[in-house]
Amino acid sequence: MTTAPAPRRDGSARETILARLREALRTPAPLPHLKSHAPAPAGPGRFPSLTVLPEQAARPWLPDGGTTPEERLSILVENLGKLRALVYQVPDLAAAADLVGTLARERDWKQVAWHDHPLVGPLRGGIPCGTYEVRPNAFDKSALEACDAGITACEALVAQTGSILVSSATCGGRALSILPHVHVVIATCDQIVSTLGDALHLCQARAGGRMPSMLSFITGPSRTGDIERILVLGAHGPKELIVILMP
Amino acid sequence: MSMQSIPATTTEPAGPDRGAKKRFLHDAAEHVRDTGHRAFVRKALGGYYASRDTQKSRYRDWEQARDAASLAKWSAVNRLDELLPRFVANFEANGGVVHWARDADEARTIVLRLLREAKARAVIKSKCMTSEEIHLNAAMEHDGYGVVESDLGEFIQQLRGEPPYHFVFPCMHVRRDEISELFGKHLGTPPTDSPEELTMIARRHMRRLYVDADVGITGANFLVAETGQISITENEGNARLTAALPRVHIAISGIEKVVERLDDLSVLLPMLATAGAGQPMTCYNTLYAGPRRDGETDGPEAMHLVLLDNQRSAILADPEQRDSLHCIRCGACLNVCPIFKNVGGFTYGTTYQGPIGSVITPHLRGLADWNHLSGASSLCGACTDACPVRIDIHHHLLHNRRNAARTAPNRWERLGHRAFVAVASRPWVFAAGGAMVRRTLGLLTWLRPPLLRDWLATRDLPRAPARSFRDQWSRR
Repeated sequence: MTTAPAPRRDGSARETILARLREALRTPAPLPHLKSHAPAPAGPGRFPSLTVLPEQAARPWLPDGGTTPEERLSILVENLGKLRALVYQVPDLAAAADLVGTLARERDWKQVAWHDHPLVGPLRGGIPCGTYEVRPNAFDKSALEACDAGITACEALVAQTGSILVSSATCGGRALSILPHVHVVIATCDQIVSTLGDALHLCQARAGGRMPSMLSFITGPSRTGDIERILVLGAHGPKELIVILMP
Repeated sequence: MSMQSIPATTTEPAGPDRGAKKRFLHDAAEHVRDTGHRAFVRKALGGYYASRDTQKSRYRDWEQARDAASLAKWSAVNRLDELLPRFVANFEANGGVVHWARDADEARTIVLRLLREAKARAVIKSKCMTSEEIHLNAAMEHDGYGVVESDLGEFIQQLRGEPPYHFVFPCMHVRRDEISELFGKHLGTPPTDSPEELTMIARRHMRRLYVDADVGITGANFLVAETGQISITENEGNARLTAALPRVHIAISGIEKVVERLDDLSVLLPMLATAGAGQPMTCYNTLYAGPRRDGETDGPEAMHLVLLDNQRSAILADPEQRDSLHCIRCGACLNVCPIFKNVGGFTYGTTYQGPIGSVITPHLRGLADWNHLSGASSLCGACTDACPVRIDIHHHLLHNRRNAARTAPNRWERLGHRAFVAVASRPWVFAAGGAMVRRTLGLLTWLRPPLLRDWLATRDLPRAPARSFRDQWSRR
């Protein structure tokens, strides 16, 4: 496989396009017609920007994500329910392992995929069937495709939208959370953040300038409305999203 | 609903298209008569209105959110010359490879070269409107690659041999029994009238294809300058699989998709979902920063991004309509447009249908041939109200009409306006003319002179009053 960048044959295209942009932007465009009565947020330089005023930083106009841990938990659980995800709250990892065992028996899982993580590893004890571990340098996509369920950790849970944030660095890579028919997420309540903005800031702080190759907000089980705009769950990704929350 | 002509996907879109207006008028007339189809599309959109309103009500102030979204796009588009190179530098630092394409032809050439270099045979695609814009599938199939669209709607359209009907809901015009028949014909599956079972047929068919494909092609919804990530929004999980399993990931994006900060997405992602499909968030919103990293379990060995200009810089050069580059392709303006709902998606004959398509297509493909789309509007402004990034859509249709009149004046229109000025500025001529028209109105309806025939075909003239308004006013 050739992965080395091809020789730059498009140098002239790059220069042409950038020259077109510079030329086009010599004439300024008027500001958009804003309707809110709040003063237009002003950024550094001549451009207003989204670096909003301090009192707006929480974006009090977006859907609410809660301010206390209790509020965040209750908004998250409500949103996940509306998205038709299943939420279980368990006291500890032992109870979580029991739960996974019950789920596996109920749904007749033959093979469950997992990845190495302090929250995921201990669950294997409860799994009554075969398991497959996704590992660097030993990834087999056909083996993963044959799994009924995948268990992952997550980076954060977003109360505001009911989203689960996974990354390729800490949540078993790219395919584990999307290829198996069921996605089981194991998380602790202190991973719940209020808003999407909070989750993105968290990622930037953790990454320290070098983002993982994939970050994904998962908001409910896979779905489609392509046939007569009728909602069907499980288009290509998991048909079921199961969230196990521990204190 | 099958009688109207369908825009050919296999032919070259470049160059003048003199027949566009004629086809539009013909197809629109045809479609408007098909009341069954119109009712079907209206019903499909009914659920959208309900869920969109529910989700909008969860915003504590939707209008202020629109302000923030429009400012985020405004400040990025108006600094594109600075932010695009910043994005490219960060994306390349993440290990991605950027390719610049001035036009559709250059973009196709780049993708075909990348496929050759990757020694690809099977290609899997997730929904990507820029690839429709550059007619990529036909070019790849011509070169012998097996190409499969993985988005359910796009897959159905691919099997039907049609382009998307709506750039967000590609097969919203197709009934379930037609899909069942289509799957029966191509995949040998038994007939069913359950949308769920039809979806599962596509799911089962596609799973091996993801695993076996050498190259995955996706679009991009946002390019984040600050971090060098591309953001892809989807519901089905097909884009996630397309960017996870094949050896090589190629993304194709218009140059206008840049936003400055990662944080901008915390406003734009939920608004895209709410305006476009009435969801709190689209199911998968994924940020990609290059190919698999050392230490990561899986992912492609290489990631390429094709940046497409294709006349976008020409729109940028028009400060009046520059905001049409703010478009995040949510499709809200189509869903509320009375014209779209009555003439249907194919009638436009464009990659981007509906109000926003009517604004940008004349820029992409020439005002001379596509100005008729500026008239495909009741100027009700529903599109402008629906737009989450506050593009002044219906005024831009007027701007295009004005620009067309300036560049290629219509002699008859001009003559007509002059005659009107001459009459209206002379009260006695106006009165005499009025008297004449009042007497001959019935005759006009009966005679149907050629100049009025098209107009009268869909309208009834009112019965003329006996006396003019001015006459009645003076005798009051």
